[in-house]
Amino acid sequence: MSSPPGAHLPEHPDFLWENPEPKASYDVVVVGGGGHGLATAYYLAKVHGITNVAVLEKGWLAGGNMARNTTIIRSNYLWDESSGIYEHSLKLWEGLEEDLGYPILFDQRGVLNLAHSLQDVRDSVRRVNANRLNGIDAEWVDPAGVKEICPIVNISQDVRYPVLGATYQPRAGIAKHDYVAWGYARAAHAMGVDLIQNCEVTGLETSGGRITAVETSRGRIAAGKVALCAAGHSSVLAKMVGLRLPLASHPLQALVSELLEPVHPTVVMSNAVHVYVSQAHKGELVMGAGIDSYNGYGQRGSFHIIEQQMSAALELFPIFARAHLLRTWAGIVDVSPDASPIVGLTPVGGLYLNCGWGTGGFKATPGVGHCFAHTIANDKPHPFNEPFTLERFTTGALVDEHGAAAVAH
Amino acid sequence: MQLIPCPWCGPREEAEFHYGGQAHVAYPEDPSALSDEEWAQYVFFRENPSGPFAERWSHSAGCRRWFNAVRDTRTHDLIAVYRAGEPMPEVIS
Repeated sequence: MSSPPGAHLPEHPDFLWENPEPKASYDVVVVGGGGHGLATAYYLAKVHGITNVAVLEKGWLAGGNMARNTTIIRSNYLWDESSGIYEHSLKLWEGLEEDLGYPILFDQRGVLNLAHSLQDVRDSVRRVNANRLNGIDAEWVDPAGVKEICPIVNISQDVRYPVLGATYQPRAGIAKHDYVAWGYARAAHAMGVDLIQNCEVTGLETSGGRITAVETSRGRIAAGKVALCAAGHSSVLAKMVGLRLPLASHPLQALVSELLEPVHPTVVMSNAVHVYVSQAHKGELVMGAGIDSYNGYGQRGSFHIIEQQMSAALELFPIFARAHLLRTWAGIVDVSPDASPIVGLTPVGGLYLNCGWGTGGFKATPGVGHCFAHTIANDKPHPFNEPFTLERFTTGALVDEHGAAAVAH
Repeated sequence: MQLIPCPWCGPREEAEFHYGGQAHVAYPEDPSALSDEEWAQYVFFRENPSGPFAERWSHSAGCRRWFNAVRDTRTHDLIAVYRAGEPMPEVIS
């Protein structure tokens, strides 16, 4: 008799980290157990020797946007400030598997950012030139070049939004998001970091303008320093100390198809028609949409956004017409006015802010973890996150990345 | 698709509407008197609650008029809609 399906699967592997009870006090409490929070804790321990650290997660580790993103990694942003932090991150990605001693399936298969109008072409060529001046690999490819890199793209000029060319970053790519989180969690745990799940922060305690503790669903935890890595819920947390942030939390939807044979060798993004597509290692087509227009904390969006995204995808990839949708979902993204993040100090002593990554935080995971840990350890921003202050919205020193962020904000 | 009750036209599909962000953000009475900090608050900083939120919508593919709504951002439930110029109903606890 044949064994039932699944019976050949191995035993459940050993857990990569423990589930400790929270201690009464920590040197640093990181709020948010997603990619950014875990990476921050990892670099605090590894680079700065600060191991009396807790990562508090209200749900399960890496179950928010870290589980919901489309895993695209690239550094082809326009401005010098962005080039600094995103390229720093890409360089860390390139050595991350060895650093963590854990497979993350980082695959530098390149990213094409399509241009569909004359203005797109001008902006894209400008961005390629800016990238090259910053030492970032980038090239402009014409429609035939696009077809050569990704043969299934429809480059017919007889469509509503014809492909007029694309920027190409060969070093860009994708990674397996869950493995990235597990790798960071495992390594942070091994250095003594407490990863505390099902622990929601309900209040922030201050005394004399300094943070002293966090109130949580599992009791009060005293903290020398508190670092917020809460993405879509950053505004809610900051409000607990009366801090207003220039953020709007929106649903951002994505979807996967059923498993298919390998057909898509790279990553294709289109700013104008709001779709970005890659094929996961396992074989699903992974596609992301633009944000839903309204504010929302419900981790779901409206179906017409998916319809729009699919019509765009089909025009670009007619071969997808018979693919079946497997599932759709949404994450809550914290969108800032200039499509750039806010990473740094706050008016409250010992309270640090990492938010505003909007639709593009996954690619920054190692880079921001590294820089944010430096900021926390030294009470001073790392040079790469120095431009991304909260004060820039008052001084006017914005870092406008609406073009390179590739999704409508 | 969500139905949004336009206060002039009645319930219509969400795709007929355009979102306008937070409601009741008044243009400063004396803009030149504002400090940089106050100006930044007016231009960039908005409420971003997880819960009831007073916001603006335009029925852009219908009557093309703006109106306000109180919507719960967690559930997307529309708690109240009211015409521009009317005070916000007391539904936010």
